[in-house]
Amino acid sequence: MTRITLDRIAHSYGDNPRTEADYQLKPLQHVWEQGSAYALLGPSGCGKTTLLNVISGLVIPSEGRLLFDDVDVTHLPTEQRNIAQVFQFPVIYDTMTVAENLAFPLKNRRLPRLVIDKRVAEIAKMLDLTADLGRPARGLSADAKQKISLGRGLVRSDVSAVLFDEPLTVIDPALKWELRSKLKAVHRAFDLLMIYVTHDQIEALTFADKVVVMNDGRAVQIGAPAELFYRPEHTFVGYFIGSPGMNFMPAQVDAKRARVGSHEFDLGADYTDLPKNRSIQVGVRPEFVTLTSGPGLPVQVRRIADLGRKRLAYVNLGDHPIIASVPHEMESVGDTANISIDPANTHVYVADVRQQGAPV
Amino acid sequence: MTFVLNHVGLEVSGVRVIDDICLALEPGSLNILLGPTLAGKTTIMRLMAGLDAPTSGRILLDGNDVTGLPVRKRSVAMVYQQFVNYPSLNIYENIASPLRVVGLTKSEVDARVREAARVLRLENLLERMPAQLSGGQQQRTAIARALVKRAGLVLLDEPLANLDYKLREDLREELPRIFSRTGAILVYATTEPSEALLLGGATITLREGRVTQAGPTSHVYRDPANIDAARVFSDPPLNELAVTKRGAAVVDAKGRPLAQADVLSEAPDGAYRLAFRADAASLAPAGNDRMTFPGKVVVTEISGSESFVHVDVGVGTWVCLVPGVHERTPEQEVVVHVDAARVLAFDAKGQRVGATASAPAPADVNPGEKR
Repeated sequence: MTRITLDRIAHSYGDNPRTEADYQLKPLQHVWEQGSAYALLGPSGCGKTTLLNVISGLVIPSEGRLLFDDVDVTHLPTEQRNIAQVFQFPVIYDTMTVAENLAFPLKNRRLPRLVIDKRVAEIAKMLDLTADLGRPARGLSADAKQKISLGRGLVRSDVSAVLFDEPLTVIDPALKWELRSKLKAVHRAFDLLMIYVTHDQIEALTFADKVVVMNDGRAVQIGAPAELFYRPEHTFVGYFIGSPGMNFMPAQVDAKRARVGSHEFDLGADYTDLPKNRSIQVGVRPEFVTLTSGPGLPVQVRRIADLGRKRLAYVNLGDHPIIASVPHEMESVGDTANISIDPANTHVYVADVRQQGAPV
Repeated sequence: MTFVLNHVGLEVSGVRVIDDICLALEPGSLNILLGPTLAGKTTIMRLMAGLDAPTSGRILLDGNDVTGLPVRKRSVAMVYQQFVNYPSLNIYENIASPLRVVGLTKSEVDARVREAARVLRLENLLERMPAQLSGGQQQRTAIARALVKRAGLVLLDEPLANLDYKLREDLREELPRIFSRTGAILVYATTEPSEALLLGGATITLREGRVTQAGPTSHVYRDPANIDAARVFSDPPLNELAVTKRGAAVVDAKGRPLAQADVLSEAPDGAYRLAFRADAASLAPAGNDRMTFPGKVVVTEISGSESFVHVDVGVGTWVCLVPGVHERTPEQEVVVHVDAARVLAFDAKGQRVGATASAPAPADVNPGEKR
């Protein structure tokens, strides 16, 4: 049973950090529970790998404590932390068979033969490696080798945590579908604490119970996938989650109405007491802005993109570019159109932070 | 210039890696080579560039045979997946490098570099070194270098594959626009169906070194000529169901009769494969003309804007699209509703049957749809 506590963890690669900007990882307080899967998601340079390295012991944080249950492991070397790791590229022993590769971490722990065989068979079955168990690892495709690496990371049931560092980078897109679902099934089957670093939202949202969205060294939101989609707490989350991301428009907000340029529309809540003198934006995802042949806000249509399973309209509301959804039944779209905005899924942001309106 | 591959093939050590490729590409056209890793995309681009010579067939440029002509004598620019820049040259000199060997005047070089930098939003970075730039900026530098050459043929080999997906979204929007103004023939290789759809133009689907279909992108997507083209152009993977037709009855592999299998109404008796994409399958009743299949939820994948529920229907696992972000409990019993109008049928050889508009054979088409 392991719980990982990040107690005011912060890190600076420089020697004398003074301002917040000097920290590549800004102070973070969080508890990660056994049996849950977490994803650290963000663009290059956001601090996600630094955070993973703090947990694995590759980086000693400049501030704060790291606890595994109640034990302070902040300064313990990696090998004393009892963790398993899977890296971007396959790390396997070419001279061993697939089965020997999978069994290796267990043999090192001197587990009884029967226990090892049972666990190796179980892992092989989950990852569709059963037929390959007797084969030498040499000569297998990169995909297959990475599956073995994943299996080796998961084979020990007594680890404090399994850490994944962008493990699907080398995998072909078609196979990613398969491996993503496999990883998720493994997570459900085994009671392990898993931490997964990625810049790919599909991997993060599919795999994790909770996603830590990171930007510029800061965890801007920690939430379940649906929370990140329906209620982004920060404009960065709205932008980064979803393809394309959320539309943001500079707006004036008066209680239950928003005004963008010369256009006004309803909000789903009452925002009477917004902070003054800060930039106000209204955010709404393309899924909740729909072209309509009925009444709505008038827009100029710049472009329609046919994405096969859906169509997106790139439009201007006054001066503001917006991406809207085109309903299936709408056959042709002219140079101008109307849009309707779903108030229940429209949010108000002040200085990039979502505001909680009063129910109406 | 018109660029033609006429029955082009390549054998390496007795193995046929590229098989009988016929394409005609027009100036100003955007042509996407779509296929998985090892489908032959890079090999075809190397043949187009003149880096390798084909072992059969001919390559024609404006009617002139250039089959054996080496790359330096052709008007070609190429951008690779792994961005390549000169680490010791600043961004300005990196972009200018192809012009240094052509003998342009200093002011001509300067004008072209600044124009390319403006288009690719690198103006403020010209004095920097490549190592000081992000991956996206470095790849934009490589693209700018391809742009200043003003080559008649621009080959982009998975140029966005190594970038974060948000950067990919931005550059995907920009790239076709940037090159379309030059009138060049653009060839763009990708493994991702969604990328092909976003780019538009024409798509050439590939499998094991062969063209399986070529035509306007949305046409190839909606009207695949064969099951190989349909599979390559599906993300998530194509849902498939093996069926047998006997008289008016169509039954699945377990002998269960299918209602609404109208797609096979004109087809002779025999074995077929029905196929449909995730967006034709929903977990809620939606209108008439639905084929229904009971099943159990295996796993849900969430893309950020959509959810894909994998359902075990007894004869395989299918992927169903659910709008928004919704996790389904594994093992939950559900009913898959398939829109019968969007079911594709393929015969035992994998050829499409009962297509509404017959898709042209690869050899007959000119995929160079004008932008």
